Amino acid sequence: MKRSVRPALMAFLGLSVVAGVFYPLAVWAMARILWAPQAEGSLEVRDGRVVGSRWIGQTFTDPGHFWGRPSATVDARGSALPCNGANSGGSNLAWGNPAWSQAVAGRAAALRAADPDQAAPVPNDLVTTSGSGLDPHIRPESALYQAHRVARCRGLDEAAVRRLVAAHTEGPQWGFLGEARVNVLELNLALDTLAR
Amino acid sequence: MPPGDMVQYGLFLLATVLLSVPMGRYLERVFRRRPAGRFPRLEALERNLLRGMGADPDEDMDWKGQAWAFTALGLAGTAGLFLLLMVMRWLPGPPGDAHLPTPMTWDLALNTAVSFPTGTTWQAYNGETTLRHWAQLAGLATQGFLAGGSGLALGMAFIRGFGRNRTRGLGNFWSDFLRAVTVVLLPLAAVLALVLVGQGVVMNFRDHLAATGLEGHGQLLALGPAAALEAIKNVGTNGGGFFGANGAHPFANPTPLTNTLGMLAIVLVPSGLVRAFGLMTGRRDAAWVLLAVMVLLTALGLAGLHLAEQARPAALKAAVVQGVDLEGKEVRFGTAQTVLAGVVTSNGACGSSAVQPESLSPLGGGVLLANMLLGDVAFGGIGTGLVGLLMVAVVAVFLAGLMIGRTPEYLGKAFGVHEVRLAVLHALVIPAVVLVLGALALLLPPGRAALSGNPAPQRLTEAVFAYASCVTNNGQAMGGLSANTPFWNLTTAVAMLAGRFVTGILALALAGALSRQGRRPAGPGSMPAGSPLFGGLLLGTVVIVAGLSFVPVLVLGPVAAHLTRPW
Repeated sequence: MKRSVRPALMAFLGLSVVAGVFYPLAVWAMARILWAPQAEGSLEVRDGRVVGSRWIGQTFTDPGHFWGRPSATVDARGSALPCNGANSGGSNLAWGNPAWSQAVAGRAAALRAADPDQAAPVPNDLVTTSGSGLDPHIRPESALYQAHRVARCRGLDEAAVRRLVAAHTEGPQWGFLGEARVNVLELNLALDTLAR
Repeated sequence: MPPGDMVQYGLFLLATVLLSVPMGRYLERVFRRRPAGRFPRLEALERNLLRGMGADPDEDMDWKGQAWAFTALGLAGTAGLFLLLMVMRWLPGPPGDAHLPTPMTWDLALNTAVSFPTGTTWQAYNGETTLRHWAQLAGLATQGFLAGGSGLALGMAFIRGFGRNRTRGLGNFWSDFLRAVTVVLLPLAAVLALVLVGQGVVMNFRDHLAATGLEGHGQLLALGPAAALEAIKNVGTNGGGFFGANGAHPFANPTPLTNTLGMLAIVLVPSGLVRAFGLMTGRRDAAWVLLAVMVLLTALGLAGLHLAEQARPAALKAAVVQGVDLEGKEVRFGTAQTVLAGVVTSNGACGSSAVQPESLSPLGGGVLLANMLLGDVAFGGIGTGLVGLLMVAVVAVFLAGLMIGRTPEYLGKAFGVHEVRLAVLHALVIPAVVLVLGALALLLPPGRAALSGNPAPQRLTEAVFAYASCVTNNGQAMGGLSANTPFWNLTTAVAMLAGRFVTGILALALAGALSRQGRRPAGPGSMPAGSPLFGGLLLGTVVIVAGLSFVPVLVLGPVAAHLTRPW
């Protein structure tokens, strides 16, 4: 037993230096050279200020913007704070939980109230919270579902808004991995430019 | 099943099988002791390093020596990490104190300090609200290599038990560990980390960043050196993520490609180790059968979870919502990538899932739980997955031996009373820990207080899920459980220690008993270890051993939740 103590401590200390210091520093240095913007968080800067990251969903409530997915993130005290990029997490509500059914029904009603002309069923991603609470994407169908509302609020031609959605629709990666999606922040940035 | 989803599942399994061939060959070469002198300079360097550590480079350790080394290394990691976490608050570095609201209590520090060196990486905290960046790296990334490397060294010693004859020696643990870290884990993790950054995973040392959104809402963005930790968490089958949402967080897992690569990284070394087992025992046919069993178990899990997630809950129907349930899931992953992540991580002793298990369908959550209760034997953790499956193989040939009244044997090694006793004890660890601790948690007020507000069957599942995850050193959780309390921090730590060291020592004891034997020539009564017949027997035994222990709790948890659903 005693014979194992020294090698164990030495292995741990040596590993702390190699794997805990050298390895991340090497990855960091290479990342700076190869992919600095991604390593820094793929930040979106407009007029010299950071308006968010392309990977982190943010709150949109203006009917003239496309809305992202609901978020169940909370602040440090546990009160609701949607899209809190400093405390990721999901709702952890189970299927049988009445609180979840009520939340879904409430979100669906709010979407219908925002656009009474829209008769289509509400898309699933717009009434459910994501696993991270920070999902930056919605499904293309969900963006098109909102196109009528956005066009009306902005005084734009709905066809133009739909074209904008199509232009910002990303297919599955390499044609077969994952799902088609629209980045809500990118879409809204383009929309603001179009409407200006 | 949509064709696109089928293609993703099929290609993943195909890639796993194909990659196992070169990986197996590489592992066999890396850990081969003789002939020495293929890389004289590297070997001289290794000898010097081992001497410097205080280890004898020429020692061929018996199972007891291996067991002491395996345990000592894990406990050294626990002691070091515990100290580091306790002093973290007084040392500077981003993120600043204002951004770390979760206090590092002694019980949370102890839980985390057990969790990472055992390869469990159960996380009772959110990384971005609790830890400084340097603690995530020097503390947690280090342990990712330590746990993965010692698991691989354990697996190698275990394989030598089957491969060697008439010797007590199972190899040199310290040499195996050194090689596992330096020429297997470090290169794989470094390459994967860079690919992850290219896809959008963050890698910087910045404090939280305040942004002002398009509509003027303030938003605080947690950044940090995530790519370095995210890479080793999967390569080392640890699973503890940089951010609280782990694999669901877009800064940790931004694209379907990063998700697929992460899942391939989890199965890469464990599946290669199965092939290395075939090369080192000279029975490649037996290794193919083991691999086939693992692939089949994974495929069954994929089919089960996929089908479970096609059901539409009452909440969506009532609100006239189109599509399947996406609660707790990410749009970029959809069904297929979510199912892939759920199944591979729950099989793979790696809790890095891209989904919140609590919000899955009741039966879907049950699939993840069942995967863990089977013992994480489909690929499983590095080293421990193969060990787990071979321990069940001992039980399987014992059952077969009883049927025909002959001494059970596998690959020419006979299983007497001593060997079978060890295998059965090994099989009892998971049920004993899960059922005893689970019952305690449901009986005692501090245990019950942490359960979520979800319906009763789901709360039972939560508690069982937690201990199953800890004892199999998996680490994923149903997040409704508020696990950061002294009761849960301490009981889950006990489960993690038992799952790592009790099972590890039993496995080494068995390997020691087998290496002392000679090899029996194959006869008409020998188990044909390379035949589909044995594969079927093994698959059946895996299911029966776990099933006998856990059917009642699975019926009261996930199945009851499914049957009592309000729709």
